[in-house]
Amino acid sequence: METTLMAKKQKTKALTTITGSEAVMDALVHEGVTVVFGYPGGAIMPVYDALYDYVDRIQHILVRHEQGAIHAAQGYARVSGKTGVVFATSGPGATNLVTGLADAMIDSTPVVCITGQVFAHLLGSDAFQETDIINITTPVTKWNYQITDATEIPQVLAKAFYIARSGRPGPVLIDITKNAQLQTFEYAGYVPCRHIRSYRPKPVIREEYIEQAAELINMAEKPFVIFGQGVILGKAENEFARFIEKLGAPVAWTIMGMGAIPTHHPLAVGMLGMHGNYAPNVLTNECDVLIAVGMRFDDRVTGRLDKYARQAKVIHLDIDPAEIDKNVKTTVPVWGDCKETLPLLTRRISKRSFPEWLNRFHELKQKEMEKCIQPELYPRHGEITMGEVIRALNEITRGEAVIVTDVGQHQMVACRYAAMRHTRSNITSGGLGTMGFGLPAAIGAYYGNPQRTIIAVLGDGGIQMTIQELGTIMQYRPNVKILLLNNNFLGMVRQWQELFHGHRYSFVDIQSPDFVQVAAGYDIPAASVSEREKLYEALQRMITAPGAYLLEIKVGKENNVFPMVPQGRGVAECVLSKEEL
Amino acid sequence: MQKKEFTITVYTENQVGLLNRIAIIFSKRKINIESLNTSPSEVDSVHRFTIVIHETEDVVRKLCRQIEKQVDVLKAYYNTNDEIVWHELAMYKVPTDAIAEHVKVERLLSQYGAKTVVIRKDYVVFEVAGHREETEKLIQVLEPYGLIEFVRSGRIAIIKNSEGFHRKLKQFEETQPGHQAVENEYLDKQQEVFSM
Repeated sequence: METTLMAKKQKTKALTTITGSEAVMDALVHEGVTVVFGYPGGAIMPVYDALYDYVDRIQHILVRHEQGAIHAAQGYARVSGKTGVVFATSGPGATNLVTGLADAMIDSTPVVCITGQVFAHLLGSDAFQETDIINITTPVTKWNYQITDATEIPQVLAKAFYIARSGRPGPVLIDITKNAQLQTFEYAGYVPCRHIRSYRPKPVIREEYIEQAAELINMAEKPFVIFGQGVILGKAENEFARFIEKLGAPVAWTIMGMGAIPTHHPLAVGMLGMHGNYAPNVLTNECDVLIAVGMRFDDRVTGRLDKYARQAKVIHLDIDPAEIDKNVKTTVPVWGDCKETLPLLTRRISKRSFPEWLNRFHELKQKEMEKCIQPELYPRHGEITMGEVIRALNEITRGEAVIVTDVGQHQMVACRYAAMRHTRSNITSGGLGTMGFGLPAAIGAYYGNPQRTIIAVLGDGGIQMTIQELGTIMQYRPNVKILLLNNNFLGMVRQWQELFHGHRYSFVDIQSPDFVQVAAGYDIPAASVSEREKLYEALQRMITAPGAYLLEIKVGKENNVFPMVPQGRGVAECVLSKEEL
Repeated sequence: MQKKEFTITVYTENQVGLLNRIAIIFSKRKINIESLNTSPSEVDSVHRFTIVIHETEDVVRKLCRQIEKQVDVLKAYYNTNDEIVWHELAMYKVPTDAIAEHVKVERLLSQYGAKTVVIRKDYVVFEVAGHREETEKLIQVLEPYGLIEFVRSGRIAIIKNSEGFHRKLKQFEETQPGHQAVENEYLDKQQEVFSM
């Protein structure tokens, strides 16, 4: 094996003939790709054939469904900060990627998908497994391109990786016709892409806006900092910490920003949004200067826009010019990479503190503590709550674990209560809300950083959308802890039906298999717990188990997640219980 | 803010599939494209889209930012009608008899600046270049005389206050672009937003 690879390498240097598929492999090696998630099929077989010679440098994880591959690549990218790579075949293989592409697009995750396509001469003939994947994926990719000639492969893949990871990251799909994969051509070696004339990854920073922003901040009496995933994507966690610590203002995160600063940071006041914390939601409408860093004012964060921070001057730091003024009118836009703009701003602001203003947050937190947090985290009787599971988990992991969630009530509870000491610890489908994301994303998260403890917090609905990926765990044994919070309902929809649809539980009563037996079938150790006394011990057993483990916890059937900013209401109308609705 | 007609000019790379990528930006928001034209530009290898829509300026500005965000798009501008010189080309097919029998028709056609493209025994094809109101009026005028076919092209427009794209493109080709090449110029249009 080693000699053939050496020979190939020499061949590359000597500008000799290689196939398109070998060029794909060489591109991956040069881009530092060490793991690929994929599923083979007819139109991508030449690429898989080339991969066969690269297994010592590129680990391929065979998933059970292409959606699993792309979610795994997303989990990988989010934990490692590197670009996730996916292989899929044409037709159904490619269309199965669409949900993951949409998810990666809205959550700005760098992913490169390589799909096989029918022979170029068959394009448009409705050939076997032909789909127009370029047009299907155009709205859900940052960029996509179809290669019909092998000579394009090195350059296009270099562009693909550059586009996926630079600026505001996003998914890129490269569709390669089978003839191009098979075609031999004169290969001149791989040249990484550093510049595309029509593409500006970062806007030019303008000093005058930094000045204006600093002036506004220095005059502020009740400044409030809110941040999103931009801080993580920009690898600007340290720059951000220095900024807030000099400013001394309260800081809240969006679901995607969570973890960029430790959840127990003295200035941290919690999560924004529909099921975020009470104080940061309500006090958004009391601050005088709102400083938004790397976030996009999603409707789940802002609630009703005409009731959102109308009193405040808004400073918006973002790398994507299209985000400025998109939803919330900005007073001072600070365009640019926040890793560069934050230090410029920090230098110009005065060191301050706002004890009274911070105290307002603590007062409101007390209110939330009594009405929501206390009963959720420390119930004395009744069924287990999701919150107390997360609390017990925090006690065991001490905020060191990566928490990967699916979508629904368990996601909101996990993001509300999980402790995180490190960045890149919260992996969740924020923008798209993709049920089925959690399990495959956790598999990818493991390959993104095998040293960390990976915990997939899933619901009984979401796990069944991609449950086949237990097979991937069975085969490759990634150390993924599956914490299944089973309330025997599609809980979030049920909560809305209870609160807003007059208790009419329309098709949320989902039946599940015996998850312990299912796990056993996949050769994954598992246990199920429904008694409070056994909870802590069961969690400990899961964490200390040598490999993958599934722990099902039967939780309260009709528990609700509060506080809540009901749809169509302002953030200040956040309610703490259903009686307030 | 009131809706009005805006002409969006987009400079792009000449890339298969880009038309779809740009069209999606409108259709995703359920905005109808009134007219669309693609053509080469003053710069070799750079393509030019001219798109007409009826929207508020706020929406148009956001659309332009979304368009400009696309990897293969170099630059997007938007202009109101008084900021551009614009034309559309219209063609009319009329029975030859009608022209021959009615002197009035001939007079009408010259009044609208129509040029004859083809004369056949059975029909004549005229073309008129101009604004939409003019070409539209001629349809009504010709209808009583048996207008057989009508077609109109997308709008093409020249921005009055533009120095062209040659110099800009040079900046784009550099790794470290100057202010001119970057998107910040929209910011200059909204001074009134700043309340300091």
